[in-house]
Amino acid sequence: MVQPLDYLPETPSQTAGPYVHIGCTPNFVGIHGIYAEDLALKPFPAEAPGERITVTGSVIDGTGTVLRDVLVETWQPGADGRFGPGAQGFCRMPSSLETGEWVLETVKPGAVGPNAPYIALWIVARGINIGLQTRMYFEGDDLSSDPLLTRLEHQNRIPTLVAKKTGDGTYRFDIRLQGEGETIFLDM
Amino acid sequence: MTLLPRKRDGHPPAHTPGYKSSVARSPSRALISGPASPTELSGPTFGHELLGKLDNNLVVNFTGQPAIGERIIVHGRVLDEMGRPVPGALVEVWQANAGGRYRHKKDGYLAPLDPNFGGCGRTITADDGSYEFLTVRPGAYPWPNGPNDWRPMHIHFSLFGPSFGQRLITQMYFEGDPLIPRCPIIRTIADPSAIERLVAPLDMNRAMPMDCLAYKFDIVLRGRRQTMFENQMEGM
Ligand SMILES: [Fe+3]
Repeated sequence: MVQPLDYLPETPSQTAGPYVHIGCTPNFVGIHGIYAEDLALKPFPAEAPGERITVTGSVIDGTGTVLRDVLVETWQPGADGRFGPGAQGFCRMPSSLETGEWVLETVKPGAVGPNAPYIALWIVARGINIGLQTRMYFEGDDLSSDPLLTRLEHQNRIPTLVAKKTGDGTYRFDIRLQGEGETIFLDM
Repeated sequence: MTLLPRKRDGHPPAHTPGYKSSVARSPSRALISGPASPTELSGPTFGHELLGKLDNNLVVNFTGQPAIGERIIVHGRVLDEMGRPVPGALVEVWQANAGGRYRHKKDGYLAPLDPNFGGCGRTITADDGSYEFLTVRPGAYPWPNGPNDWRPMHIHFSLFGPSFGQRLITQMYFEGDPLIPRCPIIRTIADPSAIERLVAPLDMNRAMPMDCLAYKFDIVLRGRRQTMFENQMEGM
């Protein structure tokens, strides 16, 4: 016999369910008066330095249907590649109850170490048993030496991680949960 | 600093046909692993100034008048896989009212809304990782999945550890609820010992006489390790 390795196993995930907004963005679903405002409506204050960008996106299931009950969270450094302070750089976006679109108004992140600039995303909804981690890179940036992208076996899937430029400071990023054009999801 | 790899067999897989909503919403390709960067290793931090005085009291935080139902304390500690407390973690909860009804326009269950129950609360863990809520015991409710599926009594939990890569949403169940082994969402987890870790025991040491019962729910986030050799290793 040996001593037990008495580490603790991580608590199992469970789906966020159809009412995740009650807990995470209650004002968005009409529950007012508990919190003055929902958490992390904007990732940075208006005066934060850097290039202002707007990313519009949606999350699409395996049948091609846009999710209208999804919650997307983003986390990123500022334009200088540094994190924080506090919750700066964090944004929580419920998709529109009508169109399923979410809109991220932020500053373009700076590069961190050898990584090309990117924003980390975490996606939860009814039917998603464990939150999905992914990344959003930007069309027009040099992605050729990013440590994650360069080691991908299926290089033809890289576009699923790249927001498309649609105009001056505007991008489009659709996340496909399953099937044709399925977004790369990460385990890291 | 690195995060311990996620041990996926303790979690539900993405595709679980018994829970029908997962079928079209589950990635079919393998997750890609790679080196986490400082982005996944860092995360937002939340200060106590975020919290209102009643944020963790779901009995009165909606209107100031008490919600209907069995009063309970739900408390526990947030730890990591190394067994260390996680202080400063943001814990957000949401739940149905005592009749099993959510305050949400998509919930049309027969049970009435409670005018004094909003259904959400939040707190931040103390230095020892501890947290506490006062709430009412949520009711079980039926849901459209199989022909007669019911959710056991449960409270949804969202957790922020110090790393964005530790982000976790889960659900707490109540000791002794006969609906637990019948629930298709719980049954997305294959390992029976993992299911047990979601079931909070009755905790009479924290129950308050003539006031409320208590349940204890400890939560474990992914471990973060930092060894004194970590930086030296790179040059070896
Ligand atoms: Fe629920």
